[in-house]
Amino acid sequence: MARDKQGRPLVAVTGMGVVTSLGQGKHDTWAALTAGKSGIHRINRFPTEGLRTTIAGTIDTVEVEPFSAPLLSERLAMLAAEEAVGQSGLAESDFPGALFIAVPPVEMEWPQRQALAEASGQNGDVSYGALLQAASTGQFKPWHDLFIFGTVADRVADRFGTKGSPISLSTACSSGATAIQLGVEAIRRGEADAALCIGTDGSVNPESLIRFSLLSALSTQNENPEGASKPFSKNRDGFVMGEGGAALVLENAETAKARGATILGYVLGCGEKGDGFHRTRSSPDGTPIIAAIKAGLDDAGMSPDDIDYINAHGTSTPENDKMESMGCMAVFGERMEEVPISSNKSMIGHTLTAAGAVEAVMSLLTIANGRIPPTINHTVPDPAIPLDVVPNVARDANVSYVLSNSFGFGGQNTCLVFGAEPKS
Amino acid sequence: MRDVVITGIGLVSSAGEGVEAHLAALSGSAAPKTDGETFAPYPVHPAVALDWDKQIAKKSDQRQMEAWQKLGVYAAGLALEAAGVKDDAALKGQMHLIVAAGGGERDYAVDGQILTGLRQAENPGVFLNERLMGDLRPTLFLAQLSNLLAGNISIVHGVTGASRTFMGEESSGVDALRVAQSRIASGQNDIFLVGGAYNAERPDVLLIYEMGGFLWKKPYRPVRERIPEGGGMILGSGACFLVLESREHAAARGAKSLATIAGVASDRSRREPGSIAKALRAQAEKLGAKPDVVISGATGVKGTTEDEQVALTELAPTAAIHATGDVVGHTMEAQAPIGVGLAAALIAEGRAGEALVTSVGHWRGEGAVRLTKA
Repeated sequence: MARDKQGRPLVAVTGMGVVTSLGQGKHDTWAALTAGKSGIHRINRFPTEGLRTTIAGTIDTVEVEPFSAPLLSERLAMLAAEEAVGQSGLAESDFPGALFIAVPPVEMEWPQRQALAEASGQNGDVSYGALLQAASTGQFKPWHDLFIFGTVADRVADRFGTKGSPISLSTACSSGATAIQLGVEAIRRGEADAALCIGTDGSVNPESLIRFSLLSALSTQNENPEGASKPFSKNRDGFVMGEGGAALVLENAETAKARGATILGYVLGCGEKGDGFHRTRSSPDGTPIIAAIKAGLDDAGMSPDDIDYINAHGTSTPENDKMESMGCMAVFGERMEEVPISSNKSMIGHTLTAAGAVEAVMSLLTIANGRIPPTINHTVPDPAIPLDVVPNVARDANVSYVLSNSFGFGGQNTCLVFGAEPKS
Repeated sequence: MRDVVITGIGLVSSAGEGVEAHLAALSGSAAPKTDGETFAPYPVHPAVALDWDKQIAKKSDQRQMEAWQKLGVYAAGLALEAAGVKDDAALKGQMHLIVAAGGGERDYAVDGQILTGLRQAENPGVFLNERLMGDLRPTLFLAQLSNLLAGNISIVHGVTGASRTFMGEESSGVDALRVAQSRIASGQNDIFLVGGAYNAERPDVLLIYEMGGFLWKKPYRPVRERIPEGGGMILGSGACFLVLESREHAAARGAKSLATIAGVASDRSRREPGSIAKALRAQAEKLGAKPDVVISGATGVKGTTEDEQVALTELAPTAAIHATGDVVGHTMEAQAPIGVGLAAALIAEGRAGEALVTSVGHWRGEGAVRLTKA
């Protein structure tokens, strides 16, 4: 019986897909990631004059029309899911389970507001009254569907024939991990034998960048884009926005084996803990982060000693990296000096809503390839973070069990444990 | 599988604050409160004036939130109070949270000024950057992010098990209840705070639904009576949060169960004539529903409203049918939680033995919740 220590169905991963600023597909992304390449570059999608941050890990090779966050996010989700479902060998348009998809919160964007303002014929001051008048003509009907929250999920569900009501979710920067957690829970409950879990984010546009910028969350080290994201370094000064999409096909391990599927790894544990301290900052004593890591390990029936590698949240903000480091040291104790921990975000930036899913795929590839992607741009270590961050160069290692951390605004902390095999 | 019961209801809307005000509105013959002026020609059901201090103690917290968040945090406080857990910090620290939400308000004056200026701007892209950098309040972002209603509930009320925010209009409300119910029933968790909040008094949300041609532009009429004149929805401001727990958990802490959530169904079907009736019939059958009262989430939109009505008269011919739209207006993500709150209150008062709450989305998604006596 493919069950875990708690008697629940084991959850296997049978398909993975990813697209980031480093490339489309697992192969390209992994090759670049382990070569220590950066996908961060100057933004050329929109003018950057007047901005404090002018760099990002945008995905410029995927075109959508009209250019907008929901359409790009949808496209990235589709690309990742096509790769994942294709690899799983499951039916490509009749997926035998539900869809859980982390999507960026959407709203109407400036080009559309401008088009409405123009269509209103209003020559004086433009108000929402004028926009509403233009809207009432009916000529902008498709934008209703484009800019409501459930549309990306609806279209992905249509494309892959997933079952039931698709879940669109947000837990801010831990959303991708939450999508996986929801899928794991559904399989453990026996609701379905499979789940399609996706995180996607294609929202680098002027306003979303400015919103993060106004919260002083972004790096302003624009001179050398590739060097700006420097998680765990003393001279880190904020995260770099990135775009990405990642998809995982989760299956009840027993039914996956029965159909002869190749098992790529297991999601062994999911842990989460809320934090009511502050809207953007963690409790200063790290209690919720510690609790989330412990909950993930407990759920997997494992102890800190079992973990070979930590795929860090590692955003490169002063706050996150300090708190994450503190949390890991509290849980892992002295052994934390020897546990490699690296941040994919040093190369692909912070893919926000997608990050937890992108990093889940990278965690599983780390296990499969026996190679740990580095934390690049690590030239000025932070004495307050005495960790082995796999600086600058990838490292070969036997990795059987990985902890992947995701933390977000609004007190969101989600930790996943992946393994090559179930822990005996 | 474990039974899942409701032990606390927190409700706010144009009908007032609390369960009693809403049951009175449901049973009374008066038309719901409507504001036809502020956004004319679009009526909205405005939220009742609330003394925020009663549920959001710190002014600094109130200042960090926009109306949709304040409504939600307020209703969450009422639910926690009703369930008798408001002062139990340890229990709230274990309590999980699922919120159905869209996004938050914009700065409408800034938007208008930017759109006006963009017309003359020599370099529109640079103008947009400069104005957004200069004019957006830095903290407004935190009042807009979808998951920050949950975040504020954690901060203000200390509900910190962990939170998840579901998006996707009406369906997100049903799915929040469905996932919480299944996690409790299967033993994955013991206690949840679940709900949603909506602020209708915002031109940006009116804009989205007006682009789609979904809004009613005449004085208030009950949802079904709008159909002959083309139909349409009247958005309503409101919020509902519910404390859900296993029957054993409620009993162990001596909490009174108000109603049982016997089942939640949620799906989406390709919309065509008759598809909604078919979907609801299938859901009612799957849930084993034999309601003596139906709380319908009918939006008033032509097509979907009549289609739902056909199914309801067939599957519950003798049931009293109420529309939440006729009590509080259409509250989008909060619609299903409000329907369930009303149904649970009717059952708790002995005014119904079994209820079916429906939620047919204005654009997509069909859901149903079956409630029975505690």
